[in-house]
Amino acid sequence: MSVCPMPNLTPLSTVEAKSVLPKGWKADLADLRKVDLTLAVLELIRRSTTRLPQDVIEALVASRNAEAEGSRAANTLDTMLENVTLADENLAPLCQDTGTLLFWVRHPYGVSQRAVKQQIRAAVQEATKRSWLRPNCVAAIGGKNTGDNMDPFGETHPVIHFEEREEPGIEIHIMQKGGGCENVGAQYRLPDAAIGAGRDLGGVRKCIIDAVNKAQGQGCAPGILGVAIGGDRVVGYERSKELILRKVDSANPDPRMDAFEKQLKEELNTLGIGPMGYGGKTTALAVFVEELWRHPASFFVSISYMCWSSRRMALQLDAAGLPSYL
Amino acid sequence: MKRITTPITEATIRDLKVGDEILLNGRVVLSRDIGHKFMVEKKPEWLKPILENAVIYHCGPVVAHHEDGHWSFVSAGPTTSIREEPYQADVIETYSIRGVIGKGGMGKKTSDACARHGAVYLHATGGAGALLAERVKRVVDVKMLEEFGSPEAFWIIEVEDFPLVVTMDSHGGSLHEEVARASADRAKELMAAK
Repeated sequence: MSVCPMPNLTPLSTVEAKSVLPKGWKADLADLRKVDLTLAVLELIRRSTTRLPQDVIEALVASRNAEAEGSRAANTLDTMLENVTLADENLAPLCQDTGTLLFWVRHPYGVSQRAVKQQIRAAVQEATKRSWLRPNCVAAIGGKNTGDNMDPFGETHPVIHFEEREEPGIEIHIMQKGGGCENVGAQYRLPDAAIGAGRDLGGVRKCIIDAVNKAQGQGCAPGILGVAIGGDRVVGYERSKELILRKVDSANPDPRMDAFEKQLKEELNTLGIGPMGYGGKTTALAVFVEELWRHPASFFVSISYMCWSSRRMALQLDAAGLPSYL
Repeated sequence: MKRITTPITEATIRDLKVGDEILLNGRVVLSRDIGHKFMVEKKPEWLKPILENAVIYHCGPVVAHHEDGHWSFVSAGPTTSIREEPYQADVIETYSIRGVIGKGGMGKKTSDACARHGAVYLHATGGAGALLAERVKRVVDVKMLEEFGSPEAFWIIEVEDFPLVVTMDSHGGSLHEEVARASADRAKELMAAK
C-alpha cells in the first residue's frame, strides 16, 4: 500500500519573513491601557486562514493512510491535503468560507477591553481588504453584506470573548468556523424520547451519534466535535465551540471522559459517512467532551461540529510583549 | 477520469453515473442563496444565454480586484447545496442547465428535474478553496455584484480540469442517499447496543 507523505509546508522561517509585523516587533506592555495589538492580530489572521494546524494535518494524513488505496475517500483526503499545501504556498485562504470569526482574549488586569475590541475589528477589516477573509457579515433578514466583516452594532461579528486572568502577558485565540459546519451543530434536551436518550453518559453518546449521522457530509467531514454536557443553552454552545481549540491529538485530563472521547471517535468512524460524505472510514478526526453544571430541571447536550479545515491559532505575548504564534 | 467541456449535450449527461469522477472545462456560473431566489422570482431573460448548457456552481468565492480592473479568484470551494433545494429544479429547467456543482447533495425535487431535463449534480471537495481557485482560468464577467455583494453575485468563470464527483446522476441515482441509508442503519445498531 502506498503511504501518503506529510505535506511539505513552507518552513516557519519563510512564514516569519512574510509577517506583517516589523522585524523584532514586540508589544509595549508597560502601560496596559495603551497596548496596541492590531498588527499582531492581523498576522494571527493571516496565519490561521492560510495554514492548517500541524496536528490537524497529521490526523488527515493518518486517516488517508487508513483508507483503501484508490477509493473516493482516499482521493478526497488527497485533494484536501493538496489544498493545504497550495493555500500555504499561495498565501490563499484554505477555504473560501473564512467563517464566522471567533476570538478568545485572555489578559491581565488593566487591559482595556474596549480598546482591544477596536484593534481586533481594525485587523479584521484590513484582512478582509487583503482578501485573506471573505466578507461574511450580512443583515439577518435582508441579507445585505456590510462588505468588511463588521456588524454595524459592534456586537455580533466578529465574536470576541474576554477573560481576565492572573498571569502576565496576553493570549488571543482565533477560530474560523465555516457556515456549513455551524449549520449541522445541534443541541439536545434530555431525556429525548425520539432517540431514546436518558440523562446519563449513555444518553449523551446517543446524541453525538445521532448528530453526526444527521450531519452526513454536510459539515465537511471528517469533523471535529465539541460536546458540552450541561450549562444553559448559551453556555453549553459557547463551551462546545471553545473545546474545538484543543489539539486533535490531546488527551482529556479527566480519564473517564478521555476514554469516552476515544470510544466515540472509534464508533463514529464505523458509520461509513467518510470524507465529504462519499463513504469511507474517516468520519470524525476527534471528539472533545466536557461536563459542566446545570439547572436541576435542564439537561442540555450542545454539540458543535468543526469541518476538517479546522482553522485555529493562538497569539501569545509573553510578559515582555514578545509574540509567538502557536 | 472523464473530461467534460461546456456547452454540454444531453447525451454526455446521460452517460454519467453516480460515482464517476470527472474533470470539467469551460463555463461555470456561480450562484447561491440570493441568486437562486432571484432566478426563480424574477426569471431574468439576460441570464438565459449565459446559463444554457453550462453549469451552476454553489460558491461564494474570495476574490481579488486588481489595479487594472480585472478580477481573480483566491479561494473558491463549494458551499452547502441543500439550501437551494426549493429553487434548483425550477432553475435547471428554466435556464437549461446541465450540471449543478456544490456540496452535500440535494433532494428529490432536484433529482427529478435532473432526470427529466438531463442534468447531474457534481460534488466538489468542500474546503478545497485554494486548489479549486487555481483551476479557475479566467473571470469572464460578474453580474449583480453591487446588489448581492461578492459572495452572492453571479460570477461567470472559465475553469480548467475542475475535479468533481457525480453524486446524483440523471437516472435517479444518488450517492448521498446510499451513504445516508447505510449510516442510519449503523447508527441504529450502535444506539441499540447500550
